[in-house]
Amino acid sequence: MKVQTAFVLAAAALVVLALAPLFIPDYWTGVLLGMTGYVTLATAWAMFSGPTRYVSLATVAFFGVGAYTVAVLNEAMPYPLVLLCAAGIGMALALVVGLSTLRLAGVYFVIFTFGLAELVRQLVSWWEVNVTYTMGRYVFLPFEGRHIYWQLLALAAVTLLISWAIGRSRLGLALKAVGDDETVAAHAGVDVTRIKLLLFVISATIITLVGAIQAPRWTYIEPSIVFNPTVSFMTLIMALLGGAMRLWGPLVGAVPLFLLFEWLSVSFPDHFSIILGLLFILIVFVMPNGVLARLEDLRKGGRA
Amino acid sequence: MLEHVINGLVLGGTYALVAMGLTIQYGIARIMNLSFGDTIIAACFATYVLFSSFAISPVLALLILVPAGYAFSLVIYRVIMRPLVARAPDEGALEVDSILVTFGLLFVIQGVLLIFFGGGYTSYSFLNTPVNVLGTVVAGNRLLAVVLSLLIGLALIVILYRTRWGMILRAVALSPQNAPLFGIDTDRAARTAFAIGGAMAATVGVVVSMFQTFTATAGVVFTMKALIVVILGGKGSVLGAVVAGLLLGLVETFVAAYIDPGLTLAAVYGVFLLLLLVRPNGIFGKA
Repeated sequence: MKVQTAFVLAAAALVVLALAPLFIPDYWTGVLLGMTGYVTLATAWAMFSGPTRYVSLATVAFFGVGAYTVAVLNEAMPYPLVLLCAAGIGMALALVVGLSTLRLAGVYFVIFTFGLAELVRQLVSWWEVNVTYTMGRYVFLPFEGRHIYWQLLALAAVTLLISWAIGRSRLGLALKAVGDDETVAAHAGVDVTRIKLLLFVISATIITLVGAIQAPRWTYIEPSIVFNPTVSFMTLIMALLGGAMRLWGPLVGAVPLFLLFEWLSVSFPDHFSIILGLLFILIVFVMPNGVLARLEDLRKGGRA
Repeated sequence: MLEHVINGLVLGGTYALVAMGLTIQYGIARIMNLSFGDTIIAACFATYVLFSSFAISPVLALLILVPAGYAFSLVIYRVIMRPLVARAPDEGALEVDSILVTFGLLFVIQGVLLIFFGGGYTSYSFLNTPVNVLGTVVAGNRLLAVVLSLLIGLALIVILYRTRWGMILRAVALSPQNAPLFGIDTDRAARTAFAIGGAMAATVGVVVSMFQTFTATAGVVFTMKALIVVILGGKGSVLGAVVAGLLLGLVETFVAAYIDPGLTLAAVYGVFLLLLLVRPNGIFGKA
């Protein structure tokens, strides 16, 4: 019964959000669009990195791959096919990264993902300069802000749904076991590597799709634009602030932080990354498990 | 050919230094420092300022900046890392926390550098006289860089393996739980190790700035390469870091010379991938 109520509420919220662009000015549709993008990114990031505690620093690598795929293919094939291609490429990249690092200790994974965005950026630049002779590409798709927003909203809903379903399934249980203690999980019969790989691929594919869907917003795309490390960083902060172990955590973190960053990047463009960094350190210090866990602690403390 | 070998060794020497600093921080203080490269870049800019504004030679700048790097890292450890160490229930939690915090620190340092120096490429001309080595011509500053790297690297190895102080550090690296039983102050050892790492970062910054152009955002690439060298050499192994650093420098120089300069990072990643498949514990790592 409780689950049903939650679903009805979520569906109602979704309808309201979907109808919003018809009533609000274009600027706010843009804000909603960006926010939905980050909610999706943070939720997808937390899907893998939350329970396993494998910190992925490569969000923008997948995001950029998605955006760039759209830039390359948008004139060659119909749009749905382009999205499918982007998802496929993201999935393949995640498989390569996952297969080579997830068998090993978490450090290898972190190190690999730390430079992955830079690696992909350099490879794409090299390819464009030496093979195709085109640096920078144009995306001409007949989309307005609200069309992109609706696509992202759908993706966000699907992502939350997947995250919810995983949390309730055997897979989610296995994942929690892996996060608590890998050795114990392995002894209990959990195929640790396969679980981690599966989750990483799902999460990376969603992130790739966010990049692909947002690509038409830029019109002009260049490796240095779509592989901007700030994206990885912001996703990470948002997921951590809300709490990466919870279904709604990333969303709770993403909404206020996105608005804050939007304001900061306008008001203090030069000091943006310093403020971002300090805020991040503060969050790790004060709320290592996120706002939701903190609130719960406070409530429990109050009752006891 | 020989020219590329020498250039590769120069580059590799600096990678070895970077990796030694990082491996000491990671091996003894158990902190994975993602802002290491940005500390290096900060030292690059500091050398640049000392040289161009105060006419202080980079060699003398070492005397100022190395202690400064030590002090800076000591403060960072005291203020930021110590509470995390105290709070972490186990090593894994500390690792995740330290990765996150230093990732934040990376953006702070980078942001500060961007405000002061902008995003452009910076360099200065110091000792740019050609020197004849074994029939090939090498710039004097590169030669000085390799000599300095060798001297400092050697000094560190001697300290670690031939002094009582070094033995204490190695004991903590080997077995942090048992070290206190022998009266070793692990907190102090961790603090010192982290600070030595910072001093190494400053050294590398000074040395690298003599022969390379640098930007405020180049720190990530340094950290990346250093991390790969650390893994390549085996976690916590100083000798491994030296060998792996030289190897990586050679690979990179040859790829840049014979294939394409745009593919150096790809080559580094290639080496890393190969290693993960063949010897996941590093060349000198123990299982």
